[in-house]
Amino acid sequence: MVQYTTARLDASFAALSDATRRGVLEQLWRSEASITELADKFHMTLTGMKKHVGVLELAGLVTTEKVGRVRTCRLGARRLDEEAAWIEAHHQLWDARFDALDTVVEDLKRKEKGR
Amino acid sequence: MKSRTTVERTSDRELVVRRTFDGPARFVFEAWTKPELLMRWWAPKSIGITFLSCETDVRTGGSYRFVFGHPASEQPVAFFGRYVEVIPNARLVWTNEESEGGAVTTATFEEKDGKTLVVVHDLYPSKEALDDAIASESTGGWPEQFEQLDSLLGEKSHPA
Repeated sequence: MVQYTTARLDASFAALSDATRRGVLEQLWRSEASITELADKFHMTLTGMKKHVGVLELAGLVTTEKVGRVRTCRLGARRLDEEAAWIEAHHQLWDARFDALDTVVEDLKRKEKGR
Repeated sequence: MKSRTTVERTSDRELVVRRTFDGPARFVFEAWTKPELLMRWWAPKSIGITFLSCETDVRTGGSYRFVFGHPASEQPVAFFGRYVEVIPNARLVWTNEESEGGAVTTATFEEKDGKTLVVVHDLYPSKEALDDAIASESTGGWPEQFEQLDSLLGEKSHPA
């Protein structure tokens, strides 16, 4: 188990240590793309881009699917972690807002009593 | 202490936030609509942004405009839209027009025994729009994560 986790972490670190691969991830966050589109976008050969996508795929960050002659890349299962993080960020924002709103409501109550 | 705020993605294109306040709905509504009160809570200090200006024309078809400053951004950032429905002390519906695919937000205020349940419901035009919102806001967090990764990687390649 520990072995597996370490291997997985190593794969993730390796995948993310490269600027192009980080760029590919950011791109796929916006929308899925074919290897050809990614190669164009990052001014690389198809073979070079295939290697990068392969590394991201091994780390579980990207999944690919071949339909006909086109291989489409999407974010991998970790996308779910991002959604959870986004919900958590929303929660923090609204919780902080509402704590402040509590104070405003308390003030309005106090003012009305004083009238 | 358990947080009193709940956040839930209730469908492909909806997000719902709930919390109960210890006070009547008219106060919560007032705090939601008067600029000088809104400015006291909408941009909490802990998230690091400053409210620069706040205009609200709270009637059906009226518009609002909130302007914020953030240390990471030289230009102030404006959030704006229109009130689609206004029922005093009960319901507010507004659009979020600062970006394409923005949600329509409905806030309802339900009073019971002097307490008010607030439900904030964001409805995005499509699943893609909500996914995009998640993606763009998450990407915003990435540089920081990458910095942390970079420093970890640095430690790995230079063992002490």
